[in-house]
Amino acid sequence: MQNSHFFVTGDPMIYGADVSIALVSVAIIFYLTYFKKWGWLWREWITTVDHKKIGIMYLISALLMLFRGGVDAILMRIQLAVPNSHFLASEHYNEIFTTHGTIMILFMAMPFMFALFNIVVPLQIGARDVAYPFLNSVSFWLFFLGAMLFNISFVVGGSPNAGWLSYPPLSENDFSPGPGQNFWIWGIQISGIGSLMTGINFVVTILKMRTPTMRLRDMPLFSWSVLSSSIAILGVFPILTVTLVMLTIDRLLGGHFFTMTAGGNPMMWVNLIWMWGHPEVYIVVLPAFGVYSEVVATFSRKRIFGYSSMVFSMIAISVVSYYTWVHHFFTMGAGANVNIVFAICTMIIAIPTGVKVFNWLFTMYRGRIRITQPMLWVMAFVPCFLVGGATGVMLAAAPADYQYHNSYFLIAHFHQVLIGGVVFGYIAGMYYWFPKIFGFKLNERLGKWGFWLWQIGFYVCFMPQYALGFMGMTRRIYTYNDSMGWDMGWAPLNYISTIGAFLMGIGFIFQVWQILYSIKHGERDVTGDIWDGRTLEWSIPSPAPAYNFAILPVVKGRDAWWYQKEEMQKGNVHKEAVKYEPIHMPNNTGIPFIMSVFWFIAGFGFTFEWMWMGIAGLIGVALTLFARSFQYNTDHYIPVEEIEKTEKARKNYGSVHRTAN
Amino acid sequence: MQQSISAHVSDHTQGHEDQEGIKLLGFWIFLVTDCLLFATFFAAYAVLHTHTNGGFTASEFNVPNFIIETFILLISSFTSGIAVLNMHKGNKKGLTQWLIVTAVLGAVFVGLEVKEFMDMAAEGATLSQSAFLTSFFSLVGAHGLHVSFGIFWMIGILVQLSRRGITPVTKRKISMVSLYWHFLDAVWIFIFSVVYLMGVM
Repeated sequence: MQNSHFFVTGDPMIYGADVSIALVSVAIIFYLTYFKKWGWLWREWITTVDHKKIGIMYLISALLMLFRGGVDAILMRIQLAVPNSHFLASEHYNEIFTTHGTIMILFMAMPFMFALFNIVVPLQIGARDVAYPFLNSVSFWLFFLGAMLFNISFVVGGSPNAGWLSYPPLSENDFSPGPGQNFWIWGIQISGIGSLMTGINFVVTILKMRTPTMRLRDMPLFSWSVLSSSIAILGVFPILTVTLVMLTIDRLLGGHFFTMTAGGNPMMWVNLIWMWGHPEVYIVVLPAFGVYSEVVATFSRKRIFGYSSMVFSMIAISVVSYYTWVHHFFTMGAGANVNIVFAICTMIIAIPTGVKVFNWLFTMYRGRIRITQPMLWVMAFVPCFLVGGATGVMLAAAPADYQYHNSYFLIAHFHQVLIGGVVFGYIAGMYYWFPKIFGFKLNERLGKWGFWLWQIGFYVCFMPQYALGFMGMTRRIYTYNDSMGWDMGWAPLNYISTIGAFLMGIGFIFQVWQILYSIKHGERDVTGDIWDGRTLEWSIPSPAPAYNFAILPVVKGRDAWWYQKEEMQKGNVHKEAVKYEPIHMPNNTGIPFIMSVFWFIAGFGFTFEWMWMGIAGLIGVALTLFARSFQYNTDHYIPVEEIEKTEKARKNYGSVHRTAN
Repeated sequence: MQQSISAHVSDHTQGHEDQEGIKLLGFWIFLVTDCLLFATFFAAYAVLHTHTNGGFTASEFNVPNFIIETFILLISSFTSGIAVLNMHKGNKKGLTQWLIVTAVLGAVFVGLEVKEFMDMAAEGATLSQSAFLTSFFSLVGAHGLHVSFGIFWMIGILVQLSRRGITPVTKRKISMVSLYWHFLDAVWIFIFSVVYLMGVM
């Protein structure tokens, strides 16, 4: 490794980024020091094991990564807007499409999803925390430092440029020497271990930590979606871990898993990475389905239509998603029989998904629909996802796929399901639960600007790409010449597509503005039930107290809180004197953060092939594990007086309830 | 809130006394994922085991060495079982002794494996010679690293046991490490049959 190349040099845009990163870092350090916030940061955030705060940290990270991934996208679209463009160097273009994909899936969608898991699930199932609060904090910090490791590749050492799934042999030492590819491996490896732990955590949380009276078949659908998604995580993230280890062995120790020489098999990588990669897209979309189910029921003032079929569909999707991976490379040449199996499995997934779409529509049918911000995104999702799903079935037809393979048709398809399905769902979820986390609603007017810019921008950006795919434009193409340009039709469509990307970018700016504006001016949530909700998270104040539920709620059926409100209205509820008991809570701890810093050190060392540093980092990880094992004083009780004091402060709680009719 | 007292009483047990049970369940699930980790290495081995690049082949494994390794690991699994039986009887001394025996047997196993790897490397059969050897060293090495980790873990628990005796917490920890040990034994059975026996047959 030549240290003279330690810092990335040459491109004025990168110098600009260097300067802005330095300025922002100095500003943050100055702010924390000047206002004496370091202790606050450590005590309240870095060492926290509270699922609500961890959720907030996930949310902030996800929005930051959405920004970075979005900037990458805009740069790509500028490059492609006109023929023969040299706005970006070709090498730089390769780096940007690589980081765009990796960041959007692993460092934007995953943390956004985990933000919703953390914020919502314990509140929705009447629990005081997740099953393993310590592990939860480890997961967050592994994700965060993994993401940081990946992101510093921008200024130190050079970005990866072998595509978001880094197919060998291109990603092997022979063709991608240097630290860029290693950053990709270690950034994902470290955060992937965190994701696997989160999967275990939420499976056990949902199975074991529900309030004792809540049966699984009365559990809200968002929690069901988290369960099905977490089960899929358990099934596939170990494969990702091992696949990355194998590439590490190839690159670091001279192995031959995926090389072109000594008997290695590059197609094995493609199989293994998609065994993880395909279920991964269902992992991120299932919780979005859960959000739609909650939002559509609340704002139609109806019970969700077809609860059991919803649950069954989600479980079916998480199981069948395991048997579709080959559809990413029908052109591998596995033969007709193999391709048919995977084509049919892929098409089968459309059936439970279709069931869900009909259930959402039937829930709205004859409902009293309130067009709120979350509901807007749900209503936009249905047609968008429908088109995305239909083009997915087109791609699933193996013989036809030989034509669409790696064309812009594919690009348009997966952006339509990932933006129209996943991003719209997460944004709906953010708007829906924002008052629950922060105690205020996001401004409607700015939100509507954001919404319409996103919607119009989306179709303007991606509809032309379907056509471009049919016209022969392949993905990852750097530029195209004049003869394919204005007269042959590539350039106008590309130009329009770029306009759409900018519209979405402006929509995002409106959303950031909306959040900043609402911190001061947003409508405050004084009742804890600002949407007239149906599930338990709306039965407690916003923001929820540290222990969530002073007394664990009693659940008599689905939509527990709605039911309880109806009972209260009928006057069937006896106001018994409440007797609190001390609540058992985990202590804050700095170990997860320190352990993750050691992981970061290890990852950084192996990235630059400085073995001493990598091994020192791993030893640090082992020592922190030992330190934790010897820690016995890990929890405390919240005394009754404190609970009484907190509960008394909720003046308005329960006095306002606007049940149907 | 408006709940009745009965629900309140039942909730008190939830999330308190059951903590250790919940941790054990999580560990079981972790083992499932660890199983998938080995399954992936096995899959790669299955794909690559004939890709020997004209070098060392699976028929050249050192038979006595891997037979001895297998017996030592099987015996260590048995001794960890005896340790757990002693734990349930509340016999701290027996528990400690059998755990030490288990860890020592594990260390001998790892030592033999290191020797096997070094002998192979001395013959020129290194990880970078062929895809077959890459997948072999990765699969068997991953198991060996797991066993090594288990030995350090056991030592940590032995220290805690000597300080605190048999408590619900140390009991849960010993159950976990013993589960882990049996799991590694089961994985080894597969390595023994798929890699070694089928190799030399």
